[in-house]
Amino acid sequence: MSNWTAAHLWLIPLLPLAASLAILSLTKKQRAFAAGLAIAGQVLALLLSLAAFGGAIPTPTYRAVHNFVWFTFGEQALRLGFLLDPLASVMLVMITFVSLCIFVFSLGYMAKDENFGRFFAYLSFFSAAMLGVVIANSLLLLFICWELVGLASYLLIGFWIHKPSAAAAAKKAFITTRIGDLGFFLGMIWLYGRSGTLLFYDGGHGALETAGLLSLGGAATSIALLIFCGAVGKSGQFPLHVWLPDAMEGPTPVSALIHAATMVAAGVFLVARVYPIFSLGAIKGVTTSLLVVVWIGVVTALISALIALAQFDIKRILAYSTVSQLGLMMVSLGVGGVAAGIMHLLAHGFFKALLFLGSGSVIHGCDEEQDIRRMGGLRGAMPVTFLTYAVGMMALSGVPLFFAGAWTKEEILHATSLWSVSRLPHFLMLAGVVLTALYMTRQMIYVFFGERRTAPTHAHESSSVMTWPLMVLALCTIAFSLVLTPAWPWLHDFLLGVRPLFNAASLIQPGLFLALVLVAIGIGLGVLIYRGAGERDPFARTAPAVFRFLENRMWLDELYDWTILAFARFAAQLSDFLDRYLWDGLVRLGGEIGRAFGGLTKGFDERAINSGVNDATVFARGIGRLVAARHSGQVQTYLGAIAVGLLALLIFYAWLI
Amino acid sequence: MAHLIAGLIFIPILGALFVSVAPRPYARPVALGSCAITALFSLELWRVFNPALAGLQLVARHDWIPAIGAELHLGVDGLSLLLVLLTSLVFPFALLARELDRAFCALMLLMQAALYGTFTAQNFVLWFLFYEMSLFPGFLLIKIWGGPKRDRAATKFFLYTFLGSVAMLLSFLGIYLVRGTFDFAQLASLGKSGLLGGEARWFAFAGVFLGLAVKVPLFPFHTWLPDAYETAPTGVSMVMTGALSKMGVYGFVRLLLPLFPNEIRIAGPWLLGLAVCSIVFTSLAAWAQTDLKRMVAYLSINHLGYCMLGLFAVASSALIPPNEAQAALSGVFLQVFNHGLTAAALFYFVGLLEERRGARGLEDFGGLMQRTPLLCGWMSVAMFSSLGLPGLNGFVGEFLIFTGSFSLAAGYTAVAVLGLLITAIVFLRAMQALFSGPLATSCATFPDLRARETWVVVPVTLLMFAVGIYPQFICGIFNSTVTGMARLLG
Amino acid sequence: MTLQSLLIVSAALFCIGLLAALSRRHAIFILIGIEMMLAAAGLNFIAFWRFGSQPAPPTGVMITIFAIAIAAAEAAVGLALVIAVYRHYRTTNVDQMNQLKG
Repeated sequence: MSNWTAAHLWLIPLLPLAASLAILSLTKKQRAFAAGLAIAGQVLALLLSLAAFGGAIPTPTYRAVHNFVWFTFGEQALRLGFLLDPLASVMLVMITFVSLCIFVFSLGYMAKDENFGRFFAYLSFFSAAMLGVVIANSLLLLFICWELVGLASYLLIGFWIHKPSAAAAAKKAFITTRIGDLGFFLGMIWLYGRSGTLLFYDGGHGALETAGLLSLGGAATSIALLIFCGAVGKSGQFPLHVWLPDAMEGPTPVSALIHAATMVAAGVFLVARVYPIFSLGAIKGVTTSLLVVVWIGVVTALISALIALAQFDIKRILAYSTVSQLGLMMVSLGVGGVAAGIMHLLAHGFFKALLFLGSGSVIHGCDEEQDIRRMGGLRGAMPVTFLTYAVGMMALSGVPLFFAGAWTKEEILHATSLWSVSRLPHFLMLAGVVLTALYMTRQMIYVFFGERRTAPTHAHESSSVMTWPLMVLALCTIAFSLVLTPAWPWLHDFLLGVRPLFNAASLIQPGLFLALVLVAIGIGLGVLIYRGAGERDPFARTAPAVFRFLENRMWLDELYDWTILAFARFAAQLSDFLDRYLWDGLVRLGGEIGRAFGGLTKGFDERAINSGVNDATVFARGIGRLVAARHSGQVQTYLGAIAVGLLALLIFYAWLI
Repeated sequence: MAHLIAGLIFIPILGALFVSVAPRPYARPVALGSCAITALFSLELWRVFNPALAGLQLVARHDWIPAIGAELHLGVDGLSLLLVLLTSLVFPFALLARELDRAFCALMLLMQAALYGTFTAQNFVLWFLFYEMSLFPGFLLIKIWGGPKRDRAATKFFLYTFLGSVAMLLSFLGIYLVRGTFDFAQLASLGKSGLLGGEARWFAFAGVFLGLAVKVPLFPFHTWLPDAYETAPTGVSMVMTGALSKMGVYGFVRLLLPLFPNEIRIAGPWLLGLAVCSIVFTSLAAWAQTDLKRMVAYLSINHLGYCMLGLFAVASSALIPPNEAQAALSGVFLQVFNHGLTAAALFYFVGLLEERRGARGLEDFGGLMQRTPLLCGWMSVAMFSSLGLPGLNGFVGEFLIFTGSFSLAAGYTAVAVLGLLITAIVFLRAMQALFSGPLATSCATFPDLRARETWVVVPVTLLMFAVGIYPQFICGIFNSTVTGMARLLG
Repeated sequence: MTLQSLLIVSAALFCIGLLAALSRRHAIFILIGIEMMLAAAGLNFIAFWRFGSQPAPPTGVMITIFAIAIAAAEAAVGLALVIAVYRHYRTTNVDQMNQLKG
């Protein structure tokens, strides 16, 4: 069974893709059928993923590769392939499972939408592309699926196409990620030029295998950094993170699927996938490219955690939290904790999807209200949402022992503490933990505690089709922590390809207490500050300038608008201007010179040549007129003329003699 | 089988004659029938063509004017066949794009014959004859059926390209006087050792380069194009971008590269610079346009710029590794086909919008997605194809071009990649303006795709997907040609 | 009797004829003037023949006889023309006959 799945891995993305295409060919009326197709595709994909995962478990360092020729050009063949290894298999399961939950949630959330079918088609397409990214055994195939993921996110963010803000956000997302993708693209073709293959693993000839890596030589750092550009764009790392909060214009399930669980994780996945290139020639686990990864991650994590503290849109807070967590994962990858980073990615996928769906449930219950200042006291009205949201919040904040996020975060902090270059990232990440706990507490208090504020007069719990996925995800978030504990680091070792050992003693660690203390500080501070907070944020009261700075997202959007975008627009106008007036002007100048020559020759024609001819004719006509005037018609005149002629002849004759 | 090519050239001419004498209502059926027959001929040509051979096939060779070395020398290799297929593909759809009168059909068919001739002629005199023969129908089609400013645009188009052609003709006369032949193959075999000596070779090179650069067009010789494409009727714009512009690229591959390898190598950095300017500046200029058709026209130059980049990268590097050369050349050929398909489709869509709205400014539309989802959906596919989304045809060619040229000219390629970004910006901006937001009142009564239009849109779009997903069936045509060419240049 | 005196007479006769032909307004007088010029020409022929190398064939006399015959014919045709013109125009004044003017 496992071999069959590994050999037919392409079925996993193909099923949702087929579902998507089938749905697009349906009419608007066939709503139930559309949703059924999408969910069936997803269920089948999940089953296949589980089978693939199950096949991968027994063997450490499992790796099944299936390569094929895509097309030939000249005498060369361009090969693509599929790959199943521990990394791919856990990602497969996480993506298909979370997607399935989100699909089911969407049944309720989108129930009233006119384009219900189209939504599911897009969702399925997204899922297919994302699964393609995960199982690709070729940087090119990964890039192809990567771009398709971008397309799907464009379509989904702009799903409510009649909203201009949604369309603008979709455009922004696509273009911002494409900026990163250009780097990725260049890195890819550079890699191809160096190693002659884009396959990751190819029986010793792949780009990530020893021979391939050696052929990169000095270009490895540049290639790795270029590829990292793609990850920066997709995973919303500083400075390309600006699209992600805007992308919250899409329907909430989309935010959950794309901007929490899967798509933004693709960047982290990419770095993990091509990690051998990043760590090539590492000295004590440090290379230039990894250094960049760490610092970008640190900056992103801190900036966005700070911004999250000053946002009022429930989804934007989560979006910035996502950016921050992704930064954390990047730091983890950069300092060498690949397994820790991926584990956090998986755990984050579960609990962030949970949080987003929870926020969706809140928004749904409050009649599309997204401002947390207008919520408050929803605890009683929405008990299921509240409880599951609390689970998600605790997992995100890193409350120890029973929540998935805590273990993985602790793992990351452990990895940063061992980094040989500097301890600064470690301390900054500790600060990040406090900040995370703080802003999540703020959100919880604003939304679920305190007095009921303006909007939600008839706030209600969502229907069961929406609460069930919440509960399942919350359970998963808790259950998932079982395989993350250091006492039985099963997942960690599976990812690293070693057999896990059970060691109860390692459950008790100093790092755990540290985390406990930090989270306690964060939550305690949060309760202290925000307890009884009203319309006006307490933080805004004490430090209004700082708050405004953060509320306006450090004016980064405006900064880009005034610098890069303004420059680009100016360049566009300039090109148009040059085109119209300079280049075309030169051509017209050439034309005018030609015309001037024409004018010159015309003048010469008229004045010199033509006038000569004209004068000659005028002269001839004058003579003619003169002679004609002598024609009296009278015989005697003629006779006289003859006589004169005769006389003249005579005189001539006489002169001759 | 050699008569297949002659048939391809003569059937449209016969068709043009029939159209011009047939009663008015028969003009369109006769023209389309002629296109159908030539399409069948092209397919038959594809069938009998042996893709494993690198050289010319189905050669027909007869004396014509021995005194000046002019021969009736026709034949196809992979590139020729590809372009013949493209021509056969674009013309029927261009003829379907609008209501037609007789003269329009006849001129279009003449142009088609000229294109077939250009892509199959193997002797300069014959080639040049066909090359110029395409000019007059183009001029008349713009001049008579064009939009506002058509007089100026048509004259500009004609004079500009004609001037280039004259320069090229002079160069070839010079070459003939020295070398005594007009045959492409013979000239190509002389190219390596230098066709001409001294200063004369630079004049000859400049003349040929100018003629082709205007035709493609390459920055900064492109200014006729936006005007011409903008005013030309939809069908003519489709043909001009889909097939006519390929004559320039074909000329570069067939003439400039083999005949002047040493000169290109010396001028390489400048040529690459022009190609990069072509890519970056025109895409930026497209960004600044508010007229949809003009925007697509600029992007058309941009996409041909990628072809030029690939060609110049291959030709200008001192030592050409065969792998990179094959990648770049394959990419260029694919891009030629893809651009023909996609740009023609885009002009068709713009034509549909213009026909419905009576205007084609970006701000004239809004919220179309709510009113005409099918039209918007299919049009988005064409746009995404043009901006190089993987899974559609544009990506494959661009990937190969960039792969090949990056190893040969990394700096230029890195700058050229910006074009991909700007193209994306331009198209997304257009999509945002056209499709999204509230439905504009002026668009509230638009009909969605009609059956007749669907018959154009769907096959073309499916072909985009086909090439994007399985490019082998296009690559298979020219793989041997590419290999041979890479060896010749290397 | 010398050649010279004969030539003088003939020249005088020619001049009188010419004068008559040019100055008279009546068609008949013009005709008479022309006849006088013809006579002068005939006189010249006779004179050059008589004072040329003798003996000689009688060419001068023959030509003169022909000229007289032609003059007679001419006079006949001329008079007929004058009568026809007179019938048409009711005048014989040549000043009024300018139909030749193109």
